[in-house]
Amino acid sequence: MPILPLIVLSAASVIVMLVVACYRNHRLTYFLTLAATVVAFLILPVISSQVPAQVTPLLLIDGYALFYMGLILLSLLVVILFSYDYLNGRRESPDEYYILLLIATLGSIILVASSHFASFFLGLEILSVSLYALIAYDRRPLMIEAGLKYLVLAAASSSFLLFGTALIYAQLGTMSFPQIALKLSSAGTIDLIYAVAIVMIIIGIGFKLSLVPFHMWTPDVYEGAPVPVTAFIATVSKGAVFALLLRYFSGLGPRVHDSLFAIFTIIAIASMFAGNLLALFQTNIKRLLAYSSIAHLGYLLVAFLSSGPLRVSAVTFYLVAYFVMTLGAFGVVTVLSGKEKDADEIEDYQGLSKRRPALAATFTMMLLSLAGMPLTAGFIGKFYLVAAGVGSMIWLLVIILLVNSAIGLFYYLRVIAIMYVSGLAPEVTAPSPILTGGLVLAALLIALVWLGVYPTPVLEMIQAIKLGAG
Amino acid sequence: MLALLILIPSVAGVLAWLFGLVGNRWPRWISLLAFGIDLALVLLLWADHPGELDFTAKQAWFVEVQAPWITSLGIGFHLAIDGISLLLVLLSCFLGIMATIASWTEIQERVGLFHFNLTWAVAGIIGVFLALDLFLFYFFWELMLVPMYFLIALWGHENRAYASIKFFLFTQVGGLLMLVGILAIYFIHGSQTGIYTFDYSELLGTRMNPNAALLLMLAFLAAFLVKLPALPFHTWLPDAHTEAPTGGSVILAGLLLKTGAYGILRFAIPLFPGAALQIAPWAMVAGVVGILYGAALAFAQTDLKRLVAYTSVSHMGFVLFGIFAWKELALLGVIIQILCHGISTGALFMLVGSLQERIHTRDTQRMGGLWGIAPRMGGVMLFFALASLGLPGMGNFVGEFLILFGTYRVSVLLTAIAAGGLIVSTIYALWMIQRVFYGPNKEGWRISDLSLREMTAMTAMIVSIVWLGLYPRPFIDTARHSLDQIQNVVESVRAP
Repeated sequence: MPILPLIVLSAASVIVMLVVACYRNHRLTYFLTLAATVVAFLILPVISSQVPAQVTPLLLIDGYALFYMGLILLSLLVVILFSYDYLNGRRESPDEYYILLLIATLGSIILVASSHFASFFLGLEILSVSLYALIAYDRRPLMIEAGLKYLVLAAASSSFLLFGTALIYAQLGTMSFPQIALKLSSAGTIDLIYAVAIVMIIIGIGFKLSLVPFHMWTPDVYEGAPVPVTAFIATVSKGAVFALLLRYFSGLGPRVHDSLFAIFTIIAIASMFAGNLLALFQTNIKRLLAYSSIAHLGYLLVAFLSSGPLRVSAVTFYLVAYFVMTLGAFGVVTVLSGKEKDADEIEDYQGLSKRRPALAATFTMMLLSLAGMPLTAGFIGKFYLVAAGVGSMIWLLVIILLVNSAIGLFYYLRVIAIMYVSGLAPEVTAPSPILTGGLVLAALLIALVWLGVYPTPVLEMIQAIKLGAG
Repeated sequence: MLALLILIPSVAGVLAWLFGLVGNRWPRWISLLAFGIDLALVLLLWADHPGELDFTAKQAWFVEVQAPWITSLGIGFHLAIDGISLLLVLLSCFLGIMATIASWTEIQERVGLFHFNLTWAVAGIIGVFLALDLFLFYFFWELMLVPMYFLIALWGHENRAYASIKFFLFTQVGGLLMLVGILAIYFIHGSQTGIYTFDYSELLGTRMNPNAALLLMLAFLAAFLVKLPALPFHTWLPDAHTEAPTGGSVILAGLLLKTGAYGILRFAIPLFPGAALQIAPWAMVAGVVGILYGAALAFAQTDLKRLVAYTSVSHMGFVLFGIFAWKELALLGVIIQILCHGISTGALFMLVGSLQERIHTRDTQRMGGLWGIAPRMGGVMLFFALASLGLPGMGNFVGEFLILFGTYRVSVLLTAIAAGGLIVSTIYALWMIQRVFYGPNKEGWRISDLSLREMTAMTAMIVSIVWLGLYPRPFIDTARHSLDQIQNVVESVRAP
């Protein structure tokens, strides 16, 4: 049964909810959630022989969907592992947090498998609604502000998306991706209403991906949300939406249509520049990572806009690398955060190499990877993006990508340098080393270096992915 | 075997870091030992292959290693060594040892981390000299930058943040442009032959239209000219040198700059012979301008490290001038010049470093009369100043002489102007000695002379320079066949 992972996650959220209703125990909830994630992940190889399978017109479970499900579930695993120690002692009832995480993940998994605008919207809403609550979970003023901001903007963007979908249905009479592609290719050109519809959908998606000019919420939400939730938003939520974007447009043909190409080019350029230039001025590490993620999504669009065989594999590989390094970076912030306050000011990292050499080294590697330095996943990822761009000769985007990599160096290196400056550490309530967090970070570091030194197995896996015809 | 040359320093770096937690002595000995083993390995290799190459193959190497790496993209782990690479790797190991010795007492903080960065920088540089897969080359090219950045940013002097970022940015932008060039030639070659590969020997002789070739060549040159550095991309160099710790300066001047020259010689010209011919006059002019400009600015400096840094610009001008003349004599001269400049400038930086360690300034206006209290230091400094100005009997003379010999047949005018650079260099070198060591000791400095450790290092360097000056035969023999081969490759592509 190809949709077993979805069923496992749905069932798990219900079970966890019932358990919480009867017996509140942080540890029990935590282990139940972990178990559900692991089971859902282990199912993936089992059902890989049954794909591609169209499950109702809504869902298409193919190799592509399975790969992204695996990526999302692994990230969820990492987020859960970081969350336990982070939440422990912060609030009396951290149990619902795990239910919300499971539901949000369910939404993301629906997104990567959807082949219909209805399931797209469904998945997106499941994801977003859980995120509102997760962002404001700690109920501190900053978090509530962030949650509200996300709620209002997400609702607005969802309505754009919905309107766009409605227009498409009005024009083409279908909401299924393959049929839309069929009708468009038989028509040859795209008419005005379809163009308007697609622009509205891009607005909705652009918000989720925090692409410029729909990025305003990103720094505030990143700063306000609990660190593991920020990591979740930065990776799972964005990755799932990007996977869907790629699936929809790949179905329409080898290359994005010219008029849309121009729109995406402008968005990509604006995201790269705005993200990197604004990141230069940040003194808060979460905000810095927020702006850097805007830029990274811009980089991803370069590969998205390329054509040819490298397109899907470049995007997918870069997303894998981006997941690893983002989770790693936020993981370090999580592990360093005290009970009262997150370790989010750059000054908190001064002299980290003296206090916690292993953590400093890990953070250094994660930041170097974000900057695209060799021996890390980010290096191969960036190489792949540039290769995709050069291969389809989109020179303007490639050059801007390179310029932005150089700008990006400034702020990554600044943070790294601060860690090795010996000096008075500000009064950070440095928590005692946590075993789980340390082990997860070590695993992420190994993954980062492995992807950077010997990416062949993962690359072969990615290149074998087939987008199901549906 | 070749992979071992890179692996030994990298492993030693990790060990140095770990043992740095135990005590400060460990990392120093570990890194010394690693470079020592590497040096011994290269010498063994050299003894086995004094220079002959089997010319029947399209491209022949002393030793070659090939293994699949990222096969789906046509990336292989391809290392090879020929005469040119061998001499440069030899220089790398030698200067690695010198840099470790130079840092022996200077570096007292985070010693483990320092030696980690030092060994990794050298490992990356050795990788650059050995890599024959363009992706692998780029990999090492970027790899050597990060530790170098840390060397400057963490152990540098007052203005280190600015200098290190500037260094990183210049070299990084150059490197990224090269990446585009590498990818473009990969796709061009792939679309013509159907074989998508980054392998150097496969990509040689890729046909492309002249405009594309010129653009791609410029993309490659962007990386190499920044590194060399050639005018007008040299502005990072004085800053980086001035702020770097002594060991970092030795690596920077002695090795990092050489990767630029090596890149032009191995990649830029053989891959794009037609385009190289087109821009050769401009490159030669840039080289000559660099010679004079560097020498003139060196003369004007009061900061001793900056002065030595500008002499590098001048000497690297000779290298650029010689390479683009593309005559056998000039190329041999370039190789000798690279080796001698590495050693003599490395030695000068070490001397300036030990001087700074003792009097805590690099300002020549506050120096003077030091000969009386530190005669050994003065003598050695005088020796290397003379080497640097090209006194016969020392290696630098042989290098510059051969370069000018070779370029004379290409352009008499430029050669004459370049020879003028020799005169300016005489002035700045002697002026430097005069200001630092002669005259009255105004500030009443009392310093200890060079220690046994420093004298040992200096003796090794003096012996090498004199050897290169009096009997350069073995070096020339080693390089000549390999240079012939590169020239043959270029001719065979240019001919039809």
